[in-house]
Amino acid sequence: MAKITMTVNGRQVAGTCDDRTLLVHFIRENLGLTGTHVGCDTTQCGTCVILMDGQSVKSCSILAAQAEGSAITTIEGLAQQGELHPVQAAFNAHHGLQCGFCTPGMVMTAVDMIRRHGGNLDEGRVRAELEGNICRCTGYHNIVKAILAAAAAMGGARQAAE
Amino acid sequence: MGVEGIGAPVARKEDRRFLTGKGRYTDDMTAPGMKYAVFVRSPHAHARIERIDVTEAKTMPGVIDVLDGEQLLADGIGNLICGWMIHSKDGSPMRMGVWRPLADKTVRYVGDAVAVVVADSVAEARDAAEAVIVDYDPLPVVTDPVQALRDGQPQIHSEAPGNLIFDWEIGDAAAVDRAIAGAAHVTELKVLNNRLSPNPMEPRATLGIYDPGDDHYTCYTTSQNPHVARLVMSAFYNVAPENKLRVIAPDVGGGFGSKIYIYPEEIVCLWASKRTGVPVKWTSDRTEAFLTDAHGRDHVSTVQMAFDANHRITALKVDTISNLGAYMSLFSSAVPTYLYATLLSGQYDIPAIHANVRTVYTNTAPVDAYRGAGRPEATYLLERTMETAARELGISPAELRRINFIRSFPHQTPVIMNYDAGDYDASLNAAMAAADVDGFAARRAESERRGMRRGIGMSCYIEACGIAPSAAVGSLGAGVGLWESAEVRVNAVGTIEVMTGSHSHGQGHETTFAQLVADRLGVPIDSINIVHGDTDKVQMGMGTYGSRSGAVGMSAIVKALDKVEAKAKKIAAHIMEADESDIVVEDGALKVAGTDKLVPWSQVALAAYTAHNLPAGMEPGLKEGAFYDPANFTFPAGCYICEVEVDPETGKTTIAQFVAADDFGNIINPMIVEGQVHGGIAQGIGQALLEGVHYDPDSGQLLTASYMDYAMPRADDLPSFKVSTSNTPCPNNPLGIKGCGEAGAIGSPPALINAITDAIGNNALTMPATPEKVWAAVQTGH
Amino acid sequence: MYETNYHRASSIDEALKLMGSSAEGKYLSGGMTLIPTMKQRLAAPSDLIDLRHIAEMKGIAVDGRTVTIGAASTHEEVATSDRVKAVCPALCALASHIGDPHVRHMGTVGGSVANNDPAADYPAAILALDAMVVTDRREIKAGDFFTGLFETALSDGEIIIAIRFEAPERASYQKFANPASRYAMTGVFVARRDAGDVRVAVTGAGSNGVFRHAGLESALAGNWSPDAVTNVMVDPSDLLSDLHATAPYRANLIKVMARRAVAAA
Repeated sequence: MAKITMTVNGRQVAGTCDDRTLLVHFIRENLGLTGTHVGCDTTQCGTCVILMDGQSVKSCSILAAQAEGSAITTIEGLAQQGELHPVQAAFNAHHGLQCGFCTPGMVMTAVDMIRRHGGNLDEGRVRAELEGNICRCTGYHNIVKAILAAAAAMGGARQAAE
Repeated sequence: MGVEGIGAPVARKEDRRFLTGKGRYTDDMTAPGMKYAVFVRSPHAHARIERIDVTEAKTMPGVIDVLDGEQLLADGIGNLICGWMIHSKDGSPMRMGVWRPLADKTVRYVGDAVAVVVADSVAEARDAAEAVIVDYDPLPVVTDPVQALRDGQPQIHSEAPGNLIFDWEIGDAAAVDRAIAGAAHVTELKVLNNRLSPNPMEPRATLGIYDPGDDHYTCYTTSQNPHVARLVMSAFYNVAPENKLRVIAPDVGGGFGSKIYIYPEEIVCLWASKRTGVPVKWTSDRTEAFLTDAHGRDHVSTVQMAFDANHRITALKVDTISNLGAYMSLFSSAVPTYLYATLLSGQYDIPAIHANVRTVYTNTAPVDAYRGAGRPEATYLLERTMETAARELGISPAELRRINFIRSFPHQTPVIMNYDAGDYDASLNAAMAAADVDGFAARRAESERRGMRRGIGMSCYIEACGIAPSAAVGSLGAGVGLWESAEVRVNAVGTIEVMTGSHSHGQGHETTFAQLVADRLGVPIDSINIVHGDTDKVQMGMGTYGSRSGAVGMSAIVKALDKVEAKAKKIAAHIMEADESDIVVEDGALKVAGTDKLVPWSQVALAAYTAHNLPAGMEPGLKEGAFYDPANFTFPAGCYICEVEVDPETGKTTIAQFVAADDFGNIINPMIVEGQVHGGIAQGIGQALLEGVHYDPDSGQLLTASYMDYAMPRADDLPSFKVSTSNTPCPNNPLGIKGCGEAGAIGSPPALINAITDAIGNNALTMPATPEKVWAAVQTGH
Repeated sequence: MYETNYHRASSIDEALKLMGSSAEGKYLSGGMTLIPTMKQRLAAPSDLIDLRHIAEMKGIAVDGRTVTIGAASTHEEVATSDRVKAVCPALCALASHIGDPHVRHMGTVGGSVANNDPAADYPAAILALDAMVVTDRREIKAGDFFTGLFETALSDGEIIIAIRFEAPERASYQKFANPASRYAMTGVFVARRDAGDVRVAVTGAGSNGVFRHAGLESALAGNWSPDAVTNVMVDPSDLLSDLHATAPYRANLIKVMARRAVAAA
């Protein structure tokens, strides 16, 4: 059994699990944070994306034990004092979600994308950066729009998509 | 329209919970003492089960029990069935083979469930599932539907000799043959419609809870239609009587048809919960989803389209073989018949049509409705043929379509459907303007200067939504009615709950339906709650598929609102001592027309519940229900234009632009409607360019069992879409709505393939148009 | 996933000791291939020895034109390294197209090279750059390192510490991605040194993994231009055929990618 301590959404947490337990299952089952999802078995769909030590990672392909001692942000940790994060607000304003299942991973991906690229995002780059996230509902059109709008709101992207 | 009423692009009410990680999906549900199920599945596509030995598995750590098909049979659990009866042209009923929730004698496709392990954790259940010993006697395999019909092929069900389920026809064969014989030109084409996996991002899941205290079952499940699930599990599968079974479909992460059906896992988990005395949860992994979720499409067709000397279509003849897989899924028989061949007239005035459809068993996963269900197959066949004919006849594809458009309504086609309204020129013209078709030649020249090939293609689709009226579909074989229900419950303080039989799994009903109520009553949408997805909370309803929730589901709400409004007016008239006929509902109040007298909505509601001062003889309360059965299908239609650039050296296709001009009738929330179109187009582009389920023909192994081999459309495969709508209101429902959920997936594949074949100068191309196929076609093209 | 025991090593020595005392241990770096493989129950190591926290395996150094990349460097670190970009931008471009952003935050050079997936990108670079694979006990030339599908010259327990190479005068990597997996369906890395010494390495296409193409190399050594590729014969008989691409198509892609790589270099 692995003893895990980590900081999740700013709070210190501890728990035990099998060494083979994936981080996503530790988050969902041990911590009860079910906003992070599992949509595939092959590290491709991105519904499980969280931030680990500030960088986006796929929590379905990391053991909980590997994340021991790290700082994790999940979708539940993004809104502050009930105020939606600009990325969350943009997804709402631009209808960037339908069934909602890929949404937490999309939002965390967008947060990381804007962190790395900020004002250098345009439609082509956003689409390329979404390579690791699959959405079956939206055709990505409004996701791209929402991410560009969020980037602009957070400090200026070059231009909004059509 | 107000800022929240009909026609307003209101941001969705339900988004907040999804955006903050508070969505409640089936796999998020827990119950005290809950255990986990893992299914033992057949690795063979066709085999007899000789022996199942669970001795070792039962002793493994964490294992509660291991159950198999014999125990399930002994407990009286019934067979899975297809709920739509189709008769062959000789009058004989379709030949449905036996589908056991856990196979007991024979497995018929890779993934067929043979046993279930219930254990403390998924990992332990999987460890034990690997320790279940199943002795199989492998049988020969057939996966190709054309081959399955030939002599000497493996027999998959004894009930269906030669693997033929039914041989059905529609239309006038003799008239068609006469027209073809006398035609000025006949275009002939072989058309393949590739098999797809629906792939909602949320994999299927179910949590079965048996409560021995009340002898009651609760089933959480990823369903598009929880009431239908309850009905079928009660009436046919003998899981429990309806009053002892509550089905809850909470937040559902996409469906696209694949979550209409009741699968073995729901049945088995409920049964296993009673057997083991613990709640049992099963969550599909993606590979299981590829193996066992009902697939879509998979047609092999030949088509002949006859023209007179003026390029008018005189007849259409279609022969289709449809692969239904190893078992008949719940609505599988309806998809290649009444949802397909009845749309073969398209947007065109065709005097004679005949279609023959044979459905076939193969050793593959069951096939059923997937977004569009039959209509994409009809549209692809028709619109590929139209484009091919235009090229053969040497006239522009738009002109050929214009020559043949239906322009007077209602229009009775030779294949049952009676189109009620439409303006096909409007969408064609809108799409051609948006796509700047006039500027294409210059764009093509520019591409060619860079060594690229550029092509443009169009598709004019029509579809039928709503799947109703009930008496009509009943006469065609449907086992259920296809009405919808609603109940509007006004609370004493004036807030409103609407119980709808529709189910939202991404469509935004919590917003759209609230907009309808807000528009009607003038109350804010925040005071309106839409309740769905729970058989204990909501009256019997039929759920969401076939783009029916707007046209049918919201019409039921309108009917219930009519009753609520009528009663509220009576109360208001009584309070204000006015004539009932002078009362109008405006801005959240009931007013006496032409005066400044009014009673706020909340006060009318309160009066209804205090019942201190109601008109004589009126019952207290303000709550009304309605069932709505539509008078006809609705007929959304539109024109899609796709422009592509093909790299001749690699065969890679890039979509330069994609234009959609749709006629959905009236629209409640344009932002949500556009979102539905975007998603549909993405799935249609997926079908045309990327996606395809492949089985090894010899072993029946699924070769595309993960995203490593099944190509899902990703953001960088797609452009932003140019969408617009025109509006000929549907005359057959109170809102004039037609439905928008499937159009994108129906109209887009032929537009894309027409564009690629235009670019490369070679019409022989099948979906998905993978780089290698396109590259090979370029070698033999112009 | 089968049961396993996780260990975190803080030094090479500790990692070697942990491996020595395990029954069937495996080193774990970013885990972007190993963990998914274990999830599918296609690998069942008794022990996992995590190398991500070993300081000796981190860091990117550029000395003149000598580039040394610590094996635990992530793809993201390589993709965004200004020092590497200054001398060998092709490698940064290659790293920036591995997997997706999330995978690039975890996956490492060492893990990718040690795994030698026939469709991975790094092996093509290592081979074309004539890089040295530096391990805890020796240095292995790229040409000797990749020995077959998922096979390398590494001995039991041997750990890659760094990759070292001399930056070429010109280089480029062109990948044609599998539409589903996004791995290389065919990827070609071309590198040219001063003396007309040209290496062309192909990944994603060979039935025995990454390989150098002698015909392309000699044609380009004589004439470093895209046109030089045109008349080279690429024999499809040793190439992969699968659901997504037949061998003749891959043969075509090798030429097209090689030509485009030369044009971009």
